[in-house]
Amino acid sequence: MKRAAWAGVLVLAVLLPFFFSSYRVSQFTLVLAYAVAALGLNLLVGYSGQISLGHGAFFALGAYTTAILVAKSGWPHLATIPVAAAICFAAGFAVGIPALRLHGLYLALVTLGLAVATPQLIKRFDGLTGGTQGLSAPPPAVPGFLDFLAADQWIYLLNLVVAVLMFVLAAGIVRGKVGRALVAVRDNQIAARTFGVDLARYKTRAFALSAAYAGVGGAMFAISIGFVAPESFGLALSFSFLAAIVVGGLATVSGAIFGALFIEFVPVYAADVNEALAAVIYGGVLIVFMYVLPTGVVGLLRRLGARVRPRKGEGGEHAGTRFERGTADAGDGAGERVRAKR
Amino acid sequence: MALLTLAMVLASGCGRSDDDAGVGGGGGAEAAPGITDTSIKLGGSYPFSGPASAYASIASGAKARFAAENAKGGIDGRKIEFLALDDGYEPQRAVTNARRLVEQEKVFALFNTLGTPNNLAIWDYANQQKVPHVYVATGASAWGADIAKHPYTTGWQPDYVSEAKGYAEFLKKEKPKAKVAVLYQNDGFGKDLLGGFEKAVEGSDIQIVARESYEVTDPTITSQMRKLGASGGDTFLNITTPKFSAQAIAAVAKSDWKPLHILNNVGASKKLVLEPVGLENAKDIVSMTYFKDPEDPQWADDPAMQEYKAGMKEHEPKADPLEAFCAYGWTAASTMIEALKAMKEPTREALMDAVRNMDIEIPMLLPGVKVTTTPDDGFPIQATQIMKFNGENWELQGEVIEAGT
Repeated sequence: MKRAAWAGVLVLAVLLPFFFSSYRVSQFTLVLAYAVAALGLNLLVGYSGQISLGHGAFFALGAYTTAILVAKSGWPHLATIPVAAAICFAAGFAVGIPALRLHGLYLALVTLGLAVATPQLIKRFDGLTGGTQGLSAPPPAVPGFLDFLAADQWIYLLNLVVAVLMFVLAAGIVRGKVGRALVAVRDNQIAARTFGVDLARYKTRAFALSAAYAGVGGAMFAISIGFVAPESFGLALSFSFLAAIVVGGLATVSGAIFGALFIEFVPVYAADVNEALAAVIYGGVLIVFMYVLPTGVVGLLRRLGARVRPRKGEGGEHAGTRFERGTADAGDGAGERVRAKR
Repeated sequence: MALLTLAMVLASGCGRSDDDAGVGGGGGAEAAPGITDTSIKLGGSYPFSGPASAYASIASGAKARFAAENAKGGIDGRKIEFLALDDGYEPQRAVTNARRLVEQEKVFALFNTLGTPNNLAIWDYANQQKVPHVYVATGASAWGADIAKHPYTTGWQPDYVSEAKGYAEFLKKEKPKAKVAVLYQNDGFGKDLLGGFEKAVEGSDIQIVARESYEVTDPTITSQMRKLGASGGDTFLNITTPKFSAQAIAAVAKSDWKPLHILNNVGASKKLVLEPVGLENAKDIVSMTYFKDPEDPQWADDPAMQEYKAGMKEHEPKADPLEAFCAYGWTAASTMIEALKAMKEPTREALMDAVRNMDIEIPMLLPGVKVTTTPDDGFPIQATQIMKFNGENWELQGEVIEAGT
């Protein structure tokens, strides 16, 4: 059943660029990039229980890695993605080491510092990054044997392949031993240690892995926009990733897609309603969303699924079991409250 | 089933209806997208939200100007519809906005999009689509310098290099042996202006004796100002954005360094910069301008200024007509209207033809400042006039300086 649903989604995703205008397709291309980055953040926040307010920094690092390699060294676009992932993995590992000693608010502040510093750092190294002028890296051309595709369709499909790989990989990780260990680290560190989970190792690796995802997202972003500039990677970006995972559903893999749709489309529609109040409307929608869907879109879908098929709604992902248990975590608390109302 | 659908779609090529291949019209008199016998659709992208939202007033000024033109009956019976989208000053949103304007809203041309990085992000796209991308609201010199590769893009205001040439010409006349100490912002804007100045004084007796830079993120410029004060310069070229312009003026006022102070146009706002530091400290500062300042009492009876103020009041009552940004948007929109009037047929190529062959006066520009372009000259406004602050207002000095060619 679940497998069929995923296959259906995949077919829709492949068909999508053939039915939407090129403007819409370019928006969906960005959604894919944001989804991969949000997925990475969700691995960190949702699964391993650490916090990062600075994932925009890794996203920027990935985007600039791709843009610089393409624009200055003439690399093929796809080849830059593993490099972006590796560089961000290393950077994430480095940030993850202080994260071992810092918890909650303190870690939040350290990572917030990263997000604040990113645009300025980009401007400092203007020899490499182009500074405030930005850096232009022309998007990949459609290969000859696929010449029936328009440029935007080709870039979308390219990003889709990368995104699908990243999602399949993440689903495998959270379902397996590593995922279980991460959840154990999140829910009860003492118990996790008792069971032989090396806390330091898993925490730093979760950080590194999550940063690598953000980096791949950034690389996809650079490929689809064809231009990077410091203004794209401000504080707001890091916060919108956080919004994306909460809106989509913490500790879920598919939630990243809904979250990414949210952060790409809601600001645009908010500005359509009233451009002077765009930020207010966006914030308002976010608040309403959290009141109405405290467990995110995926949480809602699961509740609906559980209603249609009582007792068969175990999602297969860890969050499914998590809601039954209800730890003191904010997301769970909210979930509990909603259930109590019912 | 799903695979079958997929195969069918692939077999039929791209199955979407809005394929924009035919965009641009093939030279004939057939109308391009976004233009009919009764309407012309234009689009722009502005920071209505985010850190640069002060610039949103430019869109208000432009909207009011188009509305005023429509009230008079439009251009040859065509009413202008101007769609301004929010990009929060983020380049990637400018890109999606440009796509939306071109592909979904099917605008005839992109007009006055704001910000250097945002325009750099969309100019390749606009030129690939052959959509006019005109009168962009940024002073970078790239817009006029690269018309061979980007024939559909053009700037509007005097670029920073032209501005710097204006100061150099002024110095050559007034202070031919000036020793110049420069403070500049370490980014594209600062380097563009400084580079233009260095080039313009080459071969003259004017010397640059000190250069100090700062980052936009620096809290203060105290140490830079101290070094410049000790440099032996007798002229201070102040290439800064408003916050730092104010700091530099205050620092000069407090020190015993009394140079001839040249302040770039970006920092020359009376309201934002001079009033906060104290108008008495700004006396005798020199800057340049090219359009009529709505705050300047000498234009109070000027018909163009009165038309502007009445138009703003009627069509954009929420905006403050005294804001120079509104006047900027209004004046840029006037230029657009002239280009649309000069267009020989309703095609994008004809619009670019009109934009590239202009020689007109716009009422809100200073007398003597004209919009001039040729197929080889991609800089619409290059003339500037020096102004001096008299303790209460900016006073225009001397003749208009033509920085072109």
